[in-house]
Amino acid sequence: MSTPTSTRLAVEDLHVRFDSDDGTVLAVNGVSFDVGEGEVLALVGESGCGKSMTAMALMGLLPPTATRSGSIRLAGRELTGLRQREMRELRGREISMIFQEPMTSLNPVYTVGYLVAEVLRRHEGLSRRAAKERAVELLELVRIPAPRQRVDEYPHQMSGGMRQRVMIAMAVACNPKVLLADEPTTALDVTIQAQILDIMRDLREKLGTSVVIITHDLGVVADIADRVVVMYAGHVVETGVVDDVFARPQHPYTIGLLGSVPRPDLAPTSASDRLTEIPGIVPTLRQPPHECVFAPRCPRADDECRRDMPALVETAPGQRAACVHPGPVPERAGAAS
Amino acid sequence: MTESPAARSSGEPILEIRDLVKHFDVPRSRGGGVVHAVDGVDLTIRAGEVVGLVGESGSGKSTIGKCVVRLLEPTRGSITLHGRDVTHLPQGKLRPLRRQVHMVFQDPYSSLNPRMQVEQIVAEPLRMHRIASGLAARTRVREMLERVGLSAEVARRYPHELSGGQRQRVGLARSLVLEPSLLVADEPVSALDVSVQASIINLVLDLQRDMGFSCLFIAHDLATVQFLCNRVAVMYLGRIVEEGTRDQLFDAPRHPYTQSLLSAVPLPDPVKQRDRHRVVLAGDVPSPVHPPSGCRFHTRCPAAELPLCREQDPVLVDHRSDGHRSACLLVREDGSAPDITDITREGRARVHHQA
Repeated sequence: MSTPTSTRLAVEDLHVRFDSDDGTVLAVNGVSFDVGEGEVLALVGESGCGKSMTAMALMGLLPPTATRSGSIRLAGRELTGLRQREMRELRGREISMIFQEPMTSLNPVYTVGYLVAEVLRRHEGLSRRAAKERAVELLELVRIPAPRQRVDEYPHQMSGGMRQRVMIAMAVACNPKVLLADEPTTALDVTIQAQILDIMRDLREKLGTSVVIITHDLGVVADIADRVVVMYAGHVVETGVVDDVFARPQHPYTIGLLGSVPRPDLAPTSASDRLTEIPGIVPTLRQPPHECVFAPRCPRADDECRRDMPALVETAPGQRAACVHPGPVPERAGAAS
Repeated sequence: MTESPAARSSGEPILEIRDLVKHFDVPRSRGGGVVHAVDGVDLTIRAGEVVGLVGESGSGKSTIGKCVVRLLEPTRGSITLHGRDVTHLPQGKLRPLRRQVHMVFQDPYSSLNPRMQVEQIVAEPLRMHRIASGLAARTRVREMLERVGLSAEVARRYPHELSGGQRQRVGLARSLVLEPSLLVADEPVSALDVSVQASIINLVLDLQRDMGFSCLFIAHDLATVQFLCNRVAVMYLGRIVEEGTRDQLFDAPRHPYTQSLLSAVPLPDPVKQRDRHRVVLAGDVPSPVHPPSGCRFHTRCPAAELPLCREQDPVLVDHRSDGHRSACLLVREDGSAPDITDITREGRARVHHQA
């Protein structure tokens, strides 16, 4: 575990809302976190929890219907007031992103060498030849076998795992301070996922890149992250060092998430006969909540929970939860659905 | 999991797959050739058994499922259901098969007719097989919906009004309303959110215990398979490479591929995960158009001994006559197998562990 030496990315009170004819959707509601140099932070949650919108807000890539507020500081520099042109200069150089679908996020009409070299020519002003040389090195860095041959291949000639490596090579070409990875292994097979996670670990060590990884897979979080931010309905409901949060989850949603995956590594108990269910579905927020957002699905919810959305409070050093009744109350496995 | 897997496997065979082969021709415009999707698979499912079929994409596991329900025509081999050969039944004579075997699909969004109400969707098998109509059908549909945890008010809704989890419940209700003897579930939870996955897995578990159907559970998620299945078969490039009871396979995996799969799945426990020695396989799954010679896994196998593994094609062997079969040339006669964790940790030293 690396201790953060300096803060690379600081997000404070980030809000994202969408206004359309169907009304307003509050996608991200007051999210704050920071990432240190060489640190891996995981944003965890189910679909609709706002984790991808948080990443898009950081990249300045929100759709035009979205409104963003709050503060995003990258190595001390405030990003929220920047113009499109200034943001373009930063994207790919200072902060870059890889996506879930390596199939659709590479331009099919260029060779992978051209795609990687383009980043270098655009941001670092390298010549065509120098950029291609560097592209070969980068493909080697992400462990693409025979990079000198494969640099001239087109994305469709590559497997999903190889394409995701190309995405990573493009993303780290200019040695960015922060790499956002949105479900980078979700579309891949487990043996390929293990390779990609290995490469990301490697990059963090070799280049000191700070990584924000967005995932719903708790195994991936346990494997690669130093700290974790659990999101629900656009709110951070729990945050802390991965070891602490996994060993002593405080928020009922975190407890529910951890209980909902089969745990073959644990000795069977009577409770392991069934998985923990979280009844109901993730709500779509249309107005600021007047109660805890998780209360409608929470086994602990009482009148106090229905008064206001609780703020994050420290439950242990370095660990915070937004819950009126935090703590590891033993859940009844498989509560009614 | 109240009965031991051994007790269950004493039931009569419901489904017997023998030497199943399914090849697909690649159009000449795409380079031609033959995809060896399934290349000689034997699998038996007995009454009340839940058999997991695991493997990565392209391993052929879904193709087997589709051959069993005859959505695909097998190239060779035989599929026997309740002792009756159904491999090449003509379309017109498939109806009895369709009554005994039902399938649940991965994508609950595209596998329900968007123009039908939930009630109609679940009633359709009853109508098609002329088992019930009118009030009788409606009553059975309501009972089935209740069984899968859907309230009566859902009956009049259309699929687009439902959540992913609810849709998968409808899919299960439709598949089970005829009380089939075999359910083929092809990745039924992988398109769902984790917490919803949990409720569907619990539901499959409950329904199987109540109704007693056999199940071929196709999945890539090993933890789910370990949770749900009595027996497990692991596939690689169109072949079963290892098969055994849940405990045999997960506690003492023999085939290096099974071992690497288990090693690749990250445990949701950061402390354990950090202390584990992870085996990361090199390279991708080779193309099923040109599967490697000999053992198909030899190109990625950390334990491979060349030229042996490149030249000889291993068959599934039940080394200890206990139903635990593996297709690896390096597994010894007493069932002891190379431990790829040790091999990758200690270089190329040959280390055998006692199985």
